[in-house]
Amino acid sequence: MAGKSRISRDEVARIAALARITLGDDELTHLAGQIDGILDAVAVVQEAAGTDVPAMSHPLEISNVTRPDLIRPSLTPEEALSGAPASEESRFRVPQILGEEA
Amino acid sequence: MALSYDDVVARYEPSLGLEVHVELNTETKMFCGCATVFGAPPNTQTCPVCLGMPGALPMVNEKAIESTIRIGLALNCAITPKSRFARKNYFYPDMPKNFQISQYDEPICTNGYLDVEVETDEGAKTFRIEIERVHMEEDTGKSLHVGGATGRIHGAEYSLLDYNRAGIPLVEIVTKVVSSTGKYAPEVAKAYVKELRDILRSLGVSDVKMEQGSLRCDANVSLAPIGSGKLGTRSETKNVNSLRSVERAVRGEMIRHAGLLDKGERVVQETRHFQEDTGATRSGRSKEQAEDYRYFPEPDLTPVAPDATWIEKLRSELPEKPSVRRARLQALWQVPDKEMAAMVNAGAVDLVEETVALGADPTKARGWWLGEISRLANEAEVELSSVSISPKEVARIVELIGAGELTDKLARQVVAAVIAGEGDPDSVIAAKGIKVVSDESSLIAAIEKAIADQPETAEKVRNGHLPAAGALIGAVMKETKGQADAARVRELLLGQLGQA
Repeated sequence: MAGKSRISRDEVARIAALARITLGDDELTHLAGQIDGILDAVAVVQEAAGTDVPAMSHPLEISNVTRPDLIRPSLTPEEALSGAPASEESRFRVPQILGEEA
Repeated sequence: MALSYDDVVARYEPSLGLEVHVELNTETKMFCGCATVFGAPPNTQTCPVCLGMPGALPMVNEKAIESTIRIGLALNCAITPKSRFARKNYFYPDMPKNFQISQYDEPICTNGYLDVEVETDEGAKTFRIEIERVHMEEDTGKSLHVGGATGRIHGAEYSLLDYNRAGIPLVEIVTKVVSSTGKYAPEVAKAYVKELRDILRSLGVSDVKMEQGSLRCDANVSLAPIGSGKLGTRSETKNVNSLRSVERAVRGEMIRHAGLLDKGERVVQETRHFQEDTGATRSGRSKEQAEDYRYFPEPDLTPVAPDATWIEKLRSELPEKPSVRRARLQALWQVPDKEMAAMVNAGAVDLVEETVALGADPTKARGWWLGEISRLANEAEVELSSVSISPKEVARIVELIGAGELTDKLARQVVAAVIAGEGDPDSVIAAKGIKVVSDESSLIAAIEKAIADQPETAEKVRNGHLPAAGALIGAVMKETKGQADAARVRELLLGQLGQA
């Protein structure tokens, strides 16, 4: 199985851009190889199920797990914001969004 | 030189795709029990689930599924026997989870249609808008951009996030490509959103308030040379927050595209933002491609498999279709086609119906909503339904006129005062001391004064020249500060001058 996937440097750069992570040239080359290795390792799973096994998204054969439309207590704003690195006016404060467009 | 719209449609064929997002009016969010009250203080309606905290597990709101199925049925869709949720992954802080739970390749409703009527040069014409899909997802949080230009994302130094709205059930209704509308594309787009809004309102599944964002429309527009049989590159305009804006945005984008194509330039596939003040659009972030969202089935939720018996029960309980209801009311109120169209166009049908239900005569109710109140709404550039006068208040005014306590002229003053926020009709009348001068002796005194002041005019009337009476009646109305009943004044005046 080894070496079956081929993730190009360009693909790594694209994924990094979507994840808003800046990567240098050497990192792109390094990661392209690493991601190949990871995908090869995960690809082993594909051998476990034959073509007769349907794809599934949930381990249990159940559906319609729902709840009635009844209000439950929410967190207080203080609790909600307690883990935030920064907050202001009861809101989460985050760095400039989409810096590339500013 | 800016192109004229006529010039554009003479050479290009528009295609539309409309995506409407509607916030459901459930008590709680899509996947957790947080309340969904509009305008609540920031971050008072959040919990570990909608804040995306590790280990928190979502559970689907049953009412939201029911509402979505009802929407699908009302739009003549097929209900998918088993549909699933999917994660739409993206890095943007309006969702704390780094993904939005949505539906991707298995939406709950598919393949429907909605017929809309548009006034064309050849009279009213029905356009069938085909619905591609109706799916469930969750709304995102609200960002406040601080620094730089006010409230704008460009140049902002940082952003503040309120997650009260994050997780509110959102239903997305997507049309197939709408073509063959020709020059009527802007009107068809508006009529579609309006008809859809009426249906959603009749179903009672949403507040459908465009100005509060509970109904939002994204308009995809593309142009191709007439007869080319091709589809041009589309732009997607967001932030279209009123019916009027839907029409303006589509027309504006058609003209902008044509300008680019005429110069041999390319239309860029991108998201644009509608500017309410100028009616133009501004470029937004470049659109990520579907594959960039890396959709995959949501592992924390089980499939939705609505029972066929339940679906049929929901179908049998659907309310009267707005188009059917309009036809019924038209017959009931005996309104001519043209007047009914005007009423529909002005969004007055519900208002008139409520006013009539409160006891007002249909013709009088219609007269007020389509006349004075529409005029004031136009002046303020707002929708008729947003004018701050209620059917109850209009019904009361009609009642007071009927009882002889208001003249039409005085009633117009009362309407204007009610809309200006001075109180309900009775308190406006009390506060302003408005009353019809029905005391005949004071009317007769005013009439005698008018005759004495204008002896020549009075003589003409005596000699049978009735149109001259207008000047005398005017003088009486002025004398009584408009509070007299003009018809009664005329009667008394003509009596005085021997012409009764």
